[in-house]
Amino acid sequence: MAAVTTTTERSLNKLAIVAVLIVTVIFLAPIYWIASTAFKPRNLATTVPPTVVFTPEISPFVKLFTKRSQLRTAPTPEEYAAAPWWERLVFDGGEKVVRSGRGEVQWSGYPNRFMNSLIVAISSTILAVGMGTFTAYGFSRFKVKGEQDLLFFILSTRMLPPVVVAIPMFLMYRAVGLNDTHWGLIILYTAFNLSFSVWLMKGFMDEIPKEYEEAALVDGYTRIQAFFKVVLPEAATGIAATAVFCFITAWNEYAFALIMTNRRAQTAPPFIPSQVGSGLPDWTVIAAGTFLFLLPVAIFTFLLRNHLLRGMSFGAIRK
Amino acid sequence: MAHIQLKNITKKFGAHTALRNLDLDIADGEFFVLLGETGAGKTTTLRLIAGLEKPDEGQIFIDGADVADWSAAERDVALVLQQYSLYPRYTVRENLEFPLKPKIRRIEPAEIKTRVDRVAKTLRIEHLLDRKTDRLSGGEMQRVSIGRAIVRKPRVFLMDEPLSALDAKLREALRTELKNIQMTLGQTFLFVTHDQIEAMSMGDKVGVLNHGRLVQTGTPQEIYNNPRDTFVASFVGSPPMNLLDGKLVSGRAVMNPINFELPYAAAARNTDGRALTFGIRPEDVFLQAGAPVEARVHDVENHGVEKILTLRVGDATLRATVPAQTSVAIEDAVRFAWNENKVVLFDKSTGVSLRHSA
Repeated sequence: MAAVTTTTERSLNKLAIVAVLIVTVIFLAPIYWIASTAFKPRNLATTVPPTVVFTPEISPFVKLFTKRSQLRTAPTPEEYAAAPWWERLVFDGGEKVVRSGRGEVQWSGYPNRFMNSLIVAISSTILAVGMGTFTAYGFSRFKVKGEQDLLFFILSTRMLPPVVVAIPMFLMYRAVGLNDTHWGLIILYTAFNLSFSVWLMKGFMDEIPKEYEEAALVDGYTRIQAFFKVVLPEAATGIAATAVFCFITAWNEYAFALIMTNRRAQTAPPFIPSQVGSGLPDWTVIAAGTFLFLLPVAIFTFLLRNHLLRGMSFGAIRK
Repeated sequence: MAHIQLKNITKKFGAHTALRNLDLDIADGEFFVLLGETGAGKTTTLRLIAGLEKPDEGQIFIDGADVADWSAAERDVALVLQQYSLYPRYTVRENLEFPLKPKIRRIEPAEIKTRVDRVAKTLRIEHLLDRKTDRLSGGEMQRVSIGRAIVRKPRVFLMDEPLSALDAKLREALRTELKNIQMTLGQTFLFVTHDQIEAMSMGDKVGVLNHGRLVQTGTPQEIYNNPRDTFVASFVGSPPMNLLDGKLVSGRAVMNPINFELPYAAAARNTDGRALTFGIRPEDVFLQAGAPVEARVHDVENHGVEKILTLRVGDATLRATVPAQTSVAIEDAVRFAWNENKVVLFDKSTGVSLRHSA
C-alpha cells in the first residue's frame, strides 16, 4: 500500500515538474524574444520563422544611445578607418552617427528618458511608501473618527480605471503647468500608489504588537522616536514588499506618461515604441531599449526577494 | 521609590466601563498585587499608572504629584508584560541598553555598560547577552524583560502577568526570584495577576478587583481569613471557601434548602432568622465520628500532603481538606463538623460579610 502511494506521489511530482517547466517556458518566451532581438543584426530581427542561431551583436545598443542618419553614399575608407569601433558598427548598418559642428557625438533621447523613468519611479515610490507607512501607522494605532469610511474612501480611488480621468487630468495639468514635468508624473504616480500602499501597510502595522512601542514609551522615548526605533525595523518586510509593487507600477506606467509628457520629462515606456530609427522601424533598437528597461525592476525585486517572500506570508500567519 | 495613589478613577472604553470609582493606595516600597479575573480592569489600572491611557475621571498621584499631564516617559515607571516586551531584532544586550538610551536620560556609554553588566549578573543572564532574543526560552525571555525594567532604576515597577505564559516549575522559581529582587531593591512593585496563588505568595498587600471595582484590599492573610464578600471568598483560595445558604436559629446554623444543621454559638446581632450565606474554608471542615452531619464522599482529590474531599449532603456539595492518611473511598458515608470560630457570615442578598458591613 505504502509503495503504491509513493509511486503515485513520485509520478505526480514528475508531472508537477513538467507542468512548471512548461509554464516557465511560456512565461519566459517573450522575454527571451526581446533579449535575443536586442542582440541581433537588423536583417535577422524580422525573419519568418525567427532566427534562433545568430552571432550576437552590440550594434543595437550603439544605435539606441546615438542619433543617426541614413548614409547616401558609403563612407570613404579614411572615414571608416578614423571612426571608433562602435561607430563602424553603425556604418555597417548603412547609417552614420550624427555629430555636431565641433564633432561631438549626438546622444539619442534614450538615456534621458531612462533617467526620467528612474527619477519618477524612485521618487514616487519613496513618497507613496513613506506617506502610506505613516498613514497606516496612524490608522492602526490611534482611534480615528470614521476610520472605516476613510479607509474605504482611500480604497475607492482605485475603483476607477485611471484612463477615465486622463483628459480632465491633462487639462488640469496644462492649466497649472505640470505637464511634461517630473513633478507632474511623480505626483500622479504617488496618488495612484498611495491607496494601495496605505492598505498594504495597514495590514503589516496591525501585525506588529503595540506593546513594542508602549514599552519604548514607558522607557522614555517619544512616540516618534519609538516609531523610528521600534516600529520601522519591524515593518521593514512590509515596506520592502510595498515598495516593490509601487516601483513596478510607476516604472511600467504607459498611458499617462504618453499623455502628460512629450520631451523633457518623458519616461521610457512611451519613448521606446516611438524609436523608429531613421527609416523603417528598427526592431533591434526597440528590443535593446526594452531589454535595458527590464533590468531595474528585475534587479530591485531580486535584491528584496528575501523580504518579499517573508512579506507575502507575513499577513497569512495568525497568532 | 514612590508612593502611588489613585483617587476615584473611572475609565470607559466606549460603552464598556473598565474601572469604576477606583481608589488605590500603594505605599512606598510595597509589593502590591492586583488580583482579578480576565477583564476585571487590572491591566487598565496598570496602563493608567504608566500613562498609556488617560482616566475619564479621577486623579493619579505619584509621590503626591498629580501626574495627569505627564507622558509615559516622564512618569519614570517600568513595565514588564506577559510577552512582547523584548525587541526580536535586538540582542539581549541591546534590549537591556534600550531603556538607558533615550535622549532625556543622558547616561554615559560607560555607565550603560556597567549597569547592564550588573543587571545581567543579578539575573544570571550574562551568558545570553550577545544572543538574539528570539533564540531565548520563555524563562530567559522573562528574565531579560525583568532586567530591562530594573536596569533603569525606575520609581515604580508595573508588572502585567509576567509569569503567566511560563510553565509551572519556572513560574514558581521566578516567583521567588522576583520577590527577592523586590526585597533587595526595596522598590514599589505593582503586580497584576489572575492567579490567586501568585497574589497570596508574593504580595505584601493584595487588592481584589471585580468588574472594575476594587472589592477589598489587605494583607494576604486578611483577604484569606476575612473576605469582604462572597466574590472574594470564592475567588481566593484553592479550593475556594465553601458557601452555604441558610440562617441562624438560636445558636444553630440551619442550612437551606437542604436541611442540615451545624452548631454556631457566636450569634451576631440581629441575625436570627435573617437569610445568610455561611462561608467556611475547606481546611476548617473536618471529619469526625459522631459529628452532627452525615454526608457521602462525592470525590477524592489526592494532593500528596493532603486530600481534598467533595462531600455531598442532599444536593449540596462542600469541600473538606483532610490529612493524606485519612482513608476514604468514593460513596463512603462520613460525618463532618466545622470549626465554628472560622465561619464567616455573609448577607445573602448583598453578599457582603457582616463583619465588614457592621
